[in-house]
Order: sequence, then structure tokens, then C-alpha cells
Amino acid sequence: MIETTLKSTQTMDIPNELIAKIDETVARYPVSKRSATLPLLHLFQEHFGFISPEAVEWIANRLELKPINVLELVTFYPMFREKPAGRFHIRVCRTLSCAMAGSYELKKELARLAGIEDETCSNGSHGESISRSPDGRFSIEFVECLASCGTGPVCMINDDFYEAVTPAKAAEIINSCQ
Amino acid sequence: MSKIQYTRKPHPREHRIIFRNIDRADWDPSIETYLADGGYNELKKAFTMKATDIVAEVKTSGLRGRGGAGFAAGVKWGFIRPDNTKPVYLICNADESEPGTFKDRYIIHQDPHQLLEGMIISCFAVNARLAYIYIRGEFPQGAHILEKAIAEAKAKGFLGKNILDSGFDCEIYVHRGAGAYICGEETGLIESLEGKRAYPRIKPPYFPAALGLYMCPTIVNNVETLCHVKHIIRMGGAEYAKIGTPNNTGTRILCVSGDVQRPGYYEVEVGSLTMGELLNDLCGGPKPGRKFKAIIPGGSSAKVFRADERFKIKTKGPDGSQSERELGVMDLPMDFDTLAAAGSMAGSGGVIVMDNSRDMAWVLNNINAFYAHESCGQCTPCREGSLWMRKITDRIVSGAGLPDDADILKSVADNIAGKTICAFGEACSWPTQSFLSKFKEEFIRN
Repeated sequence: MIETTLKSTQTMDIPNELIAKIDETVARYPVSKRSATLPLLHLFQEHFGFISPEAVEWIANRLELKPINVLELVTFYPMFREKPAGRFHIRVCRTLSCAMAGSYELKKELARLAGIEDETCSNGSHGESISRSPDGRFSIEFVECLASCGTGPVCMINDDFYEAVTPAKAAEIINSCQ
Repeated sequence: MSKIQYTRKPHPREHRIIFRNIDRADWDPSIETYLADGGYNELKKAFTMKATDIVAEVKTSGLRGRGGAGFAAGVKWGFIRPDNTKPVYLICNADESEPGTFKDRYIIHQDPHQLLEGMIISCFAVNARLAYIYIRGEFPQGAHILEKAIAEAKAKGFLGKNILDSGFDCEIYVHRGAGAYICGEETGLIESLEGKRAYPRIKPPYFPAALGLYMCPTIVNNVETLCHVKHIIRMGGAEYAKIGTPNNTGTRILCVSGDVQRPGYYEVEVGSLTMGELLNDLCGGPKPGRKFKAIIPGGSSAKVFRADERFKIKTKGPDGSQSERELGVMDLPMDFDTLAAAGSMAGSGGVIVMDNSRDMAWVLNNINAFYAHESCGQCTPCREGSLWMRKITDRIVSGAGLPDDADILKSVADNIAGKTICAFGEACSWPTQSFLSKFKEEFIRN
């Protein structure tokens, strides 16, 4: 077990800047390193695009935890994924006010524009909620309330946030993803 | 009073305190802009006061938590035992995720230093040297803005060691969530901040003020609540308490979404206007040719009202005498106590409006899908029940409803509320219970 851990950890290529960020992040939790698990998972997902089994082991080693303590967070918190998303990951708000403003139609339209054929596999169940375009450029999923109910329907593309997204605006947004 | 130009003008009925700088022309989230506007003066004033006096001012102000439960903030702070020897932590709950609520987003994005100043004053009041802002994962830009604001405040000596020569040390860090609604529940939030799955803790014994973060006394307050602290210090608790109505003091930000002409945020004195004034005067009424049908007054877990519903509300006069008034939904003052007396709640201030074009089974199904997705899975009634409710409303909407589905739905909801560790059980049952009691006819289909 220890051997595999060491081996897989060695296979992770972690750049020095990321190591520095990790160290700085862990220092924010002087009482318990375990508190840094979620922030470290964010750093890994931002850098690698998803959370691999090697990442889980690396984080566990760094924080002196068992890998299951890390994996259980990956499977609990909807934002973490164990497979890569597209280069442009689209999150459409599914919840009531946005749905009344047309978010189901918006999701279909965004998927069509992004060349994602089967957008329906993303129905909220955890684990495999993301649909991807064949070229890997786009992926899409429904997410729950993005807290901008007054300007629905809303969506996010990676970290960027878009409000009152009409079909015309959707086309503009997708075209700007280069 | 300084003349403020807004890019989006507040309605004349608004009283902007917390949102004073939102949509303001010539405003940006930098510390220079904030300082030029008198920023951090209240922090300086707070350091001339005793910590216990700040707590007393907040108690006098009558400030009630703006996150959902409406609990008196000063009383919450007072729960830390005076003989406590453990470290105290303060957590800002910025996990804004109750459907229908969208106020903290604007504070974080446009006026982050207001929040930081409120937090530092609050930390001083409760003697917390370490504080975290738990911000929902879906606000990456907000987290970035807060990080920047913290660095600016630190560079100016408002955070860190010996703040403004007061001898008080304080650090604030941003902690990002990762898409789980349950982290808005304060004990779930604490578990999450400890690096665990966000399973809420049972109360008693795990009241955060006694056994919170790392089993130490912890104060968890909403973003808007912490911002109010700054203004209570500025005005004094007694002066602040004159805003709003007795026991429902101050201003609060009402977020209106759904079927109105002008959805958006409106900061008003608590109880200063009725539901009808809010929806018709501020929000411009229903869309052309439509009529209001249903209103959820305080976030999606609040019980729904029919637009034609009438209530007998007991009110207490200034002399303490009880009287009963009959009021329609549109006559209800938008305060904590009246909405509770009408059988729902002011909750998080998120008002969701449905007009006569809406199918209430479809609406409830959307809400049920939310709760089914967000149940943390710790308690069986909630984990299983929220999913069953979703499945039942799913089949009603798809036309495959069974004759007794309405009754089954009600029985599932009745077996969740009150049988779980945290209030999510109520939050997910109340929509189903209230939709069924008020719109039952829409759930019985052939």
C-alpha cells in the first residue's frame, strides 16, 4: 500500500508554483491541516482539470490523512469531478427562478451551439453529470441555484458569469469561447 | 448627505444602508474608494469601545440574522460563555444558496470592504482572532475579490497583528465551498470547514457558540448580518433600532424573482411595506395580461402563499394589548413576525412569484429536484424522502400520476419534517406540504 502510494505520488508532476500555492493554503489552517482538503482539491482541479486517484493520494499524504478522507469529499461535493470536463465548461442554473425564465431551453440551446449531442445525461445525478462535445472543447451540466435569481436564466462558462442569457446572447457567448 | 449617483436608481421606497454602494457610479471594490468614502472609520470607533459594549449595542439594535432563521444576532454572540478559555472563531456564511436569494453576491462583488469591516468589528466584539469567510464554490470571482480586499486591508493595517495599535490581532481567510447547499446550515458549514463531508451536527450539544469549529466557541453570521454591525457601531444600537418596526429592526434586502415586471433587489426598512406594495409598486406588478397566483416569501423552503389567501393575524399594540386583524396576502407587512404569524417565514428575503401561467405541480417538482439533489444523505427520512417526493412530482408532471399521489406525497413530507438532525428536513417538506394544502387540485390528474 505504501509502495503504491509513493509510486503514484511520484508520477504526479506538480509544478513549483502549485507547490507554493499549496503550502500557502495549508498555512491558512493553523489548527487543523485537514481543513485544507477542500482548498487543495480546488487547486488540483484548477490545475489538472479533474481529480485523479493520484491527486487524492497526493493530497492525503500532504495532509497526513487517509486517501478515503479525501475521496469522500470528491464524491460528496458536486463541483469536483473525477474525469476531465471540456476546455470550456458550461454550468446552467436549473433551479426555480431560472427555470421559469427558460433555463431548460437555454441549456438545450447552449448544448446545440457547442456541438454537444446528448446533453441529457446531465440530470443532476452525481458522478457523471457532465456531457462533453466530441472535440473536447465544451462540456455542459445543470447546477443548482447560482444566486442570481433576479436576472435569470444565468450560466457560467468556467469562472465567468452570464446573466439574462437570451438565445442570441448564448450564440455570442459560445462564439467568444476560442 | 452626500449626493450619490447610481447606475441603477434605487426605488424611492428603498432605504439603502447595506446596498448604499451597490450600482453606484464612480464606485469600485478597491480600498482607496472605500477609504475615500469614510471606510474603516467604524472600526476605529469600535476600538475605542469595550468588546462587551459592542455586544450590548448589537443586542440593543435588535438586529436579527439575515440568513434565514432570523435569530437575534446579539443574543447569539452572548451565548459564548464569559468564563470561556478556548479560542473563539468567527465564520462569515457566504454560502448564499437558498433559491430565490441573491444579495450577498452583490455585497461581495461590489463592496467587499464593508463586509470585512463588519467582520473585524465582530471579531473584536467576540474576541475571535481567526475568522473564515465560507464562500460558495460557484462564486470564484467573488472569492478572488475578497482575497484581494483582505490583502489590501492587511497592507493598511486593518488586519493582522496589533490592528491600528489596538493590541488586537485578527486574520481573515477565504474558504471556498464546492457546490453543496447543506453548507449553508451552520453546523454543516463547520464540518465542511474542518475538511469533512458537510453532515450537520446534532443540537444539543453541538451549538456552535459552545462546540463549533474545532470544538471551540464559534459565531456563524450571514454576510448581510455582519455588514449591519458596522452601521450599528456608526449609529449606535438605539438609533439603529428606530429603523424598521419593533422586534423587526433595521433594513433588509428583499430579492424578488419570477413573474413580476421588475425583478431585483430592494433594500427596505423591515416591515415598512406590504407584500402588495413590494410586488406592485416596486416590482411593477404582474406581467401584462397575467395575475399573481402564488408567492414564496422567504426562499424556496418557505411555505407558499396563494395570492388570494386571507389570514387572521394576532398583533400586539404598543401598550401590549392583543388584537386580531384579518389581512390578505398583499396586505401583509414584510417583516419577520407577520410572515411567521401567517404560517410562512421571512427566511432569507428571497421572494419568488408565480403568475397564473404556472403549473404548480411543475413548480413543486422543480423545488423537489433541488432538495433531492442537495440532501446530504445523513438522515434516512430526508435522504430517501426528498428523492421519493421528487419522483412522485416527476410522474405527476409527466402525466403518469396515480390517483392517490397527492396523499402519498403529503405522507412522505409529514414523515421528514421534525425527524432529522438539521432544518433541511423542514426545508424540503414545507414546500410539498404547503403546495398540497393550497393547490391540491393541481396535483390530482387523470
